[in-house]
Amino acid sequence: MIDPHEKTSRPARTTDEPANGMMPPPIRRITLDSQPTVALPPSQDAVAIANTGDRSLAAAGRPTRGVAGPERMTISDLSVYYGDNHAVKHVSLPIRQGEVLALIGPSGCGKTTLLRTLNRLTELTGTARREGLITLDGTDIDSLEVTEHRRRVSMVFQQPNPFPMSVFDNVAYALREQGAKRPKKKVLEPYVVDALQRAGLYDEVSSNLDHPALRLSGGQQQRLCIARALAARPEVLLMDEPCSALDPKSTNVIEELIVELRKELAIVIVTHNLQQAYRVGDHVAFMYLGDLVEYGPTDDLFDNPKAARTRDYIGGAFG
Amino acid sequence: MLHRLKEPWTDRRAGLLLGALACSVLAVIVFMLVFIAIKAWPSFANNGLSWFSSKGVVDQQFDAMVNSGLNPSAADYELGAWPLIYATLLTTFFATFFGLIFSLLSAIFIVEFAPERIRRVIVPVVRLLAAVPSVIYGLIGILVLAPFIGNSVITAEQKSSVQFVIPLSGTGLGVAIAVLTVMITPIMIAITVDGLHAIPRAWKEGALALGVNRWRAMWTVTVRAARPAIIAGAVLATARALGEAIMISMVAGSKGFSPNPLDGFVFFFEPVRTMAATVVENAESINAPAMQSSLYALALVLLVGAFFLSLGSWIAKQPLKKYGTRS
Amino acid sequence: MSVPTRPGGTAPPLPPLPLPRSPGGGGRQGRSPKKKRVNESISTWRLTDRIGYVLMWAAGLLLCAIGIGILAYMAFKGVQYLRPQLVLTSPTADVDQSASGGFLDPLLGTILITLIGIVIATPIAIGAATWIVEYGRPTWLARLIDSGIEIIAGTPDIVIALFGLVLFQQGIFGWMSFTAAGGAVFGRSFLTAGAMMSLIALPMVFAATREGLQSIPIHIREASYALGKTKAATIRRVLLPSVKANISTGAALGMGRIAGDTAIIVVLLGASLTLDPEGDVPGLNVLKGTGSTLTSYVYNNSPAGEGNAPQKAYAAAFVLLLIVLALNFAVDLIARSGAKTGLETSRLGAR
Repeated sequence: MIDPHEKTSRPARTTDEPANGMMPPPIRRITLDSQPTVALPPSQDAVAIANTGDRSLAAAGRPTRGVAGPERMTISDLSVYYGDNHAVKHVSLPIRQGEVLALIGPSGCGKTTLLRTLNRLTELTGTARREGLITLDGTDIDSLEVTEHRRRVSMVFQQPNPFPMSVFDNVAYALREQGAKRPKKKVLEPYVVDALQRAGLYDEVSSNLDHPALRLSGGQQQRLCIARALAARPEVLLMDEPCSALDPKSTNVIEELIVELRKELAIVIVTHNLQQAYRVGDHVAFMYLGDLVEYGPTDDLFDNPKAARTRDYIGGAFG
Repeated sequence: MLHRLKEPWTDRRAGLLLGALACSVLAVIVFMLVFIAIKAWPSFANNGLSWFSSKGVVDQQFDAMVNSGLNPSAADYELGAWPLIYATLLTTFFATFFGLIFSLLSAIFIVEFAPERIRRVIVPVVRLLAAVPSVIYGLIGILVLAPFIGNSVITAEQKSSVQFVIPLSGTGLGVAIAVLTVMITPIMIAITVDGLHAIPRAWKEGALALGVNRWRAMWTVTVRAARPAIIAGAVLATARALGEAIMISMVAGSKGFSPNPLDGFVFFFEPVRTMAATVVENAESINAPAMQSSLYALALVLLVGAFFLSLGSWIAKQPLKKYGTRS
Repeated sequence: MSVPTRPGGTAPPLPPLPLPRSPGGGGRQGRSPKKKRVNESISTWRLTDRIGYVLMWAAGLLLCAIGIGILAYMAFKGVQYLRPQLVLTSPTADVDQSASGGFLDPLLGTILITLIGIVIATPIAIGAATWIVEYGRPTWLARLIDSGIEIIAGTPDIVIALFGLVLFQQGIFGWMSFTAAGGAVFGRSFLTAGAMMSLIALPMVFAATREGLQSIPIHIREASYALGKTKAATIRRVLLPSVKANISTGAALGMGRIAGDTAIIVVLLGASLTLDPEGDVPGLNVLKGTGSTLTSYVYNNSPAGEGNAPQKAYAAAFVLLLIVLALNFAVDLIARSGAKTGLETSRLGAR
């Protein structure tokens, strides 16, 4: 069994992580007069294309962007406090159907808190307090029953967290436990298979659906967690650094999956990895110390960052 | 040079000394088993396997042993301990059964659902209940619970229905089970709460994030994963219930009687006496050799039972270590 | 399995599995216009879950009620029957309850037996815990000792009492208790009972010490070795002082268990009401003699015993409860002052 804890593949992380959130991010200075250009190493793109077989990637030399659909969730003037710590400061963002919103920023900048707030998981922390409005299809999420809300807005975590049961039971978990009564295994089977197929895991596990999920490799575990979330048919999928505990190959598979999934879902992904944000994000929001510094279409934000801090952060990571 | 050689010797000596202290624990266990087995042997030898059966009235057999003097004949050793074993099994099983349900619900309440204000009361209460000496439970049982049951719960019809078999006074199986349950529940709660806390938060959050309510997430993920701890706690509590002597001897009615399930609800009012209670009540007549051997035989059965329960709890705890939790 | 593998992109869409959407999903905003957060609503749960939830609340509240009820009842009875002269006078055997005296001797007996027990248990427990954590070779022996202590923790006290009786009636332990002219050893005394009581306390001190030692990071030991200290010196000067709080916690819990144990007292301390010294050596004579403790006093004065004086039993039980609660309170104080043990279970000696 591969221990996911021992693996970290965060290339962007090495240089620009402030230790305690109070310091400005360590920045490799770039000259301000020359526009920073995003320079993805072509080899990486080639690898991605080779692995995915996605011709559209090759056509433009950069990933295609999703077609933005209607706005599903709206965050307006959201603030989250942990005790006295103002973790998220007056953030407003739209989350649209059919596209991927990537949240980037140094660690401790409130990305994960923001994500957990969308799922109302921050309420599990006793000291957490929230101000501002989050709506789902125009309804204040506070007025939705919390379980019902989480059913529609599901989440995948940083560490793969498959339950200690079989692969099948993991995927069937939400279907079994959400309903008024537990469906039979026969009824569940097509749904489980469908979810595993959508997560691109079915071919690998089809012969051993009864094996314990904890025996899968880290990448498989994470895809299982995605399948588990997909099985419940959520409308919005939140992903909290889904690849940070995985090796590059699994990362690639999951990124491909995200691009695939955005056709049917609204996806919010938190990532440390700017290249990942560039590859999968349709819109990118850069957060820094709880502030939303900049939000815009991915290509715009990476090619023409408006705020100096964004420029520095992106430049630092790439230069 | 000499100085340098000396230091490891100190270390080794310290290691030997500490090791000897540690091994003394093993010596105690071996001595305990050997001494008790030697003393118990005559009783088993003279009765064979019928020791475990039911033959005659067990209290009369004990009386005969006490009266048999210092040189008892083989017939004086006659003992059919089944009523005592049966009583032990009954009290232990029911107390563990009710205690398991009670403690699991309470532990879930404490860990997940109790409002902070109630939690601040209930946690010290659990500690308090765990600390109360068994003799105080027995005192409350015999002075409060048993008179209440004898006077208000048992009807005259129930008393007359079994009057030719056994008189009902209030003390009996039911009171023993009730008090025993209250006694062992805190142990189970403590271990279950520990076990539930040890389950990774990520699993619970994962379940909640899928839109599963807290109750189902608790049962299907957290409790499921904490089963080893729950079982270990139950086994430990069973050992405590098995060996409880004083409290049972106070509230169980102290008669070597086998309650008859066919009596219906009266079953729970009928008096019993467990093995441990038998030993403690007859400790004063232990100088009669036949009695002595019988009591040690009971103690040996208890010891072996407790040993297997320890083993069971150890086995039950093994899967828990997988999650990297302390057992 | 008959299900096809991943289709090329034209999967026939599965019909949505009927999941109940909660009836009020979104319909609730009219009722409370602002800042009324809807948390879990039980009404969407399955019926069995709702029943379980109610039962859980019932269990929690019942637990509180039982605990508070026992404490309040004992406090009420204690205040009702406890008189200063009860604590200050020795018991006498008398049919008339008003003349049978108080429980000074049992109180002293409890204190004495607790001290003897803990004084014997603590060094052994510390030694065993230290050996297991710091030496622990060979591993099988360490594991064996570990399970041995677990077995002792699970052994019924009545079995320990009978073991003590047969052990201390052996000739070589004659110095511990009354020895008759013929050489028959009585086997019952404060010393013998205390020695067996130490087995009750041992697992708790052991568990607490071991937990404390295990929580000391390796680098502290390495720092001590780096300064040229030997392992023995490290244990004595660095490790044991830093787990002092844990040891005290375990000792206090163990003392609570000793003070509350009855079976060993009934079997091993003899049945004399007062302290009954044996022999001529001052000090040792009390230890060699028989007596009683609060637990045996309560037992004997309950309807189950010979005395049958419930009022005195209540008063003595109240004093006993105060002692045990004081010991548990001491544990909390020690824990607050920084013992490394947070485990509920170590309080119970059950690991």
